[in-house]
Amino acid sequence: MNAFRKFTVATAFGAVATFALPAHAARTDLTLGMVLEPPHLDATAGAPAAIREVTYANIYQGLTRLDIDGKMQPALAESWTISDDGKVYTFKLHSGVKFHDGTDFDANDVKFTLDRDRGADSTNSQKQLFAHITDVEVVDPLTVRITLDQPVGNFLNDMARGEAVIVAPESADTNKETPIGTGPFKFDHWAKGSEITLVRNPDYWGTPAQLDKAVFRIIPDAAAAVPALLSGDVQAFANMPAGDALPQIEADPRFKVVIGATEGETILAINNGKPPFDNLKVRQAISYALNRKDIIDGASSGLGVPIGSHFSPADPGYVDLTGMYPFDPEKAKELLKEAGYPDGFKATLKLPPPPYARQGGEIIAAELRNIGIDVEIIPVEWADWVANVFKQKDYDMTIISHVEPNDIGIYARDDYYFDYHNPKFNAVMAELDKTTDQAKRLELLGQAQRILADDAVNGFLFELPKVGVWDAKLQGMWPNWPIFANDLSEVYWED
Amino acid sequence: MSDMSVTSAPSGTASFLRRALRNRSFMVGLVITLFVAAIALLSFVWTPYDITQLPVSERMKPPSATHWFGTDHFGRDILSMIMIGARNSIAVALVAVGIGMGIGVPLGTIAAARGGWLDETVMRFNDIIFAFPALLSAIMITAIFGPGAVNAIVAIGIFNIPVFARVARAGALALWPREFVMAARVAGKGAARITVEHILPNIVSLLLVQGTIQFALGILAEAGLSYVGLGAQPPMPSWGRMLFDAQTRMIVAPYLALFPGLAIVITVLGLNLLGDGLRDLLDPRLNRER
Repeated sequence: MNAFRKFTVATAFGAVATFALPAHAARTDLTLGMVLEPPHLDATAGAPAAIREVTYANIYQGLTRLDIDGKMQPALAESWTISDDGKVYTFKLHSGVKFHDGTDFDANDVKFTLDRDRGADSTNSQKQLFAHITDVEVVDPLTVRITLDQPVGNFLNDMARGEAVIVAPESADTNKETPIGTGPFKFDHWAKGSEITLVRNPDYWGTPAQLDKAVFRIIPDAAAAVPALLSGDVQAFANMPAGDALPQIEADPRFKVVIGATEGETILAINNGKPPFDNLKVRQAISYALNRKDIIDGASSGLGVPIGSHFSPADPGYVDLTGMYPFDPEKAKELLKEAGYPDGFKATLKLPPPPYARQGGEIIAAELRNIGIDVEIIPVEWADWVANVFKQKDYDMTIISHVEPNDIGIYARDDYYFDYHNPKFNAVMAELDKTTDQAKRLELLGQAQRILADDAVNGFLFELPKVGVWDAKLQGMWPNWPIFANDLSEVYWED
Repeated sequence: MSDMSVTSAPSGTASFLRRALRNRSFMVGLVITLFVAAIALLSFVWTPYDITQLPVSERMKPPSATHWFGTDHFGRDILSMIMIGARNSIAVALVAVGIGMGIGVPLGTIAAARGGWLDETVMRFNDIIFAFPALLSAIMITAIFGPGAVNAIVAIGIFNIPVFARVARAGALALWPREFVMAARVAGKGAARITVEHILPNIVSLLLVQGTIQFALGILAEAGLSYVGLGAQPPMPSWGRMLFDAQTRMIVAPYLALFPGLAIVITVLGLNLLGDGLRDLLDPRLNRER
């Protein structure tokens, strides 16, 4: 017994000693928590932002990129020239760049990618980024010339988007499961439902990453996020579902809390094609029933800027339309009566896992019940949401954050899940597309916002905040989300 | 159990009441259970606040004179939530026990009466259900048929079937060789009639005790299912989901978890005490030993 005790004491000290030693060297691995799991990892073929949260700038790279401040920088293209009429872009590519599978990157890959993105069979979720490209020409292996049908002021920024990354013809078809890019990290493995592991790319063409391993751990349950952080299992959340536990984390010197901005319009999406929601008065009634302040307080712990249309208050051209449907349940009941529903009706509200949806949903359901709409809450898993709500329009109402930047154009899409069709709006969007004059563009964007608010297409709630929480020793994390991305190429641990 | 008394206690109702009043666990359990039931009934006509309104500006207020148990993350009064939650817990547990008894007891008594292959089939089938951990099978059922109070009731009810089937069968098997049953058979009564007239009345006390225990387990199971999001759906309050909602706010607002937790503990404790007391009172063998 005595000997055994000595033995355990000795091993305990041994263990302490072995663990103590490496503590002096800076860590080189990182586990990031994220709420939603990507359905696959092909950044050029799917709408869910989670795909690019994992892959952007880590696995895949574009001709240009956005940096930590949201500014456009060269990436695979080292330089470019733009013709005087603004229609021809000639990109000079970096030499010596290899894809993760060992194949060389050259102008043919750029042509392949852009032709694929703009082609008829393209499944790119931001196809409009490529809509004005009329020709992609390989001048020589390191020079590519892109011709547009009209000047596009935002083109270099567009090419920096997570959907515009360059893929190789050899691997494009299998990128969903084994993504192959040119970035500083290589895909290692994906334990479905649990985590995605990236490792440093030893053959990277630019400055190698400082981390040698990055794990994206899927934590859909907000209740599990806090313990995962406190225990050190997860060292960073780019956007943490901390909720009311945030003060507790802020008070802990081990962590840094950075509240930043996103481009995420959080909305009560309404199936405009389905009765009774095809009735404008019904949708307006819903808008009047929503108390944005309560929703922000209850669903987002008071963080988030209210919006009145599908537009970020941080972007140029924003029009404040939050006063258009002030919280007014009486007016809402009146409108329901006018619409022919004096006793209200039954409806369902499908809620994906993020806390803003699940908690906001309870508040919204109560607010809608107040005006007579008998709302049944249906919690759905993320994959289920993408497959049925987003792709099949199988829903009455749902809550989701649309995190793509400048994405008001989704309302002009014919088959989009809002099922909203307004030729007037589509005309404004088409006009916007053709317009390069900035003042005119902003005016058109204002018109577009007003049309959406007039039509009360969706319940416009608030701009999603980015609640960044990470270990205080971790450096280089993005404070804001100009696009949903976790660029880990410059992230490192301080000693 | 084989030593079970056949006729009702000779001392009669008055003596039973006297013994009941002296049995401390029975009385404490009864008082707690009646209290919880009364709260649940009261919630139908009155609660301190209307919980269908979500006054978010009042969110997460600690216990005070206006909100005895404080308010939750939507500003709802926790006392009112617990009162209505009691309704939900009791309803789910009660119906689940009803399903278990309604199906389990006939199965068990038929198995005991017929024996042979029927007995084997019924009991092996019961073993299969019994082999799954209760909560896991309940999660399985709600995962297949979707979350919700009704599916939770069915799930917990199905788990109750083998419990009652076993108790009923064991009780009945012990009775079948007894003289009074043989006398009934000699008198020409069929198995079904004997079961109804002689077997069932004599296993009622067993079933009652088991029912109380299953009722307590049902409340726990409902809380467990609601905790993982498979029980009653919002806006219907449920003790289990209140605990879940409290989880991330434990350090900021511990009272959020304290009161629903206490509600579950007290209710289950009360039911278990009641079950213990009932067993003491109804099992004459224990009574004689005392």
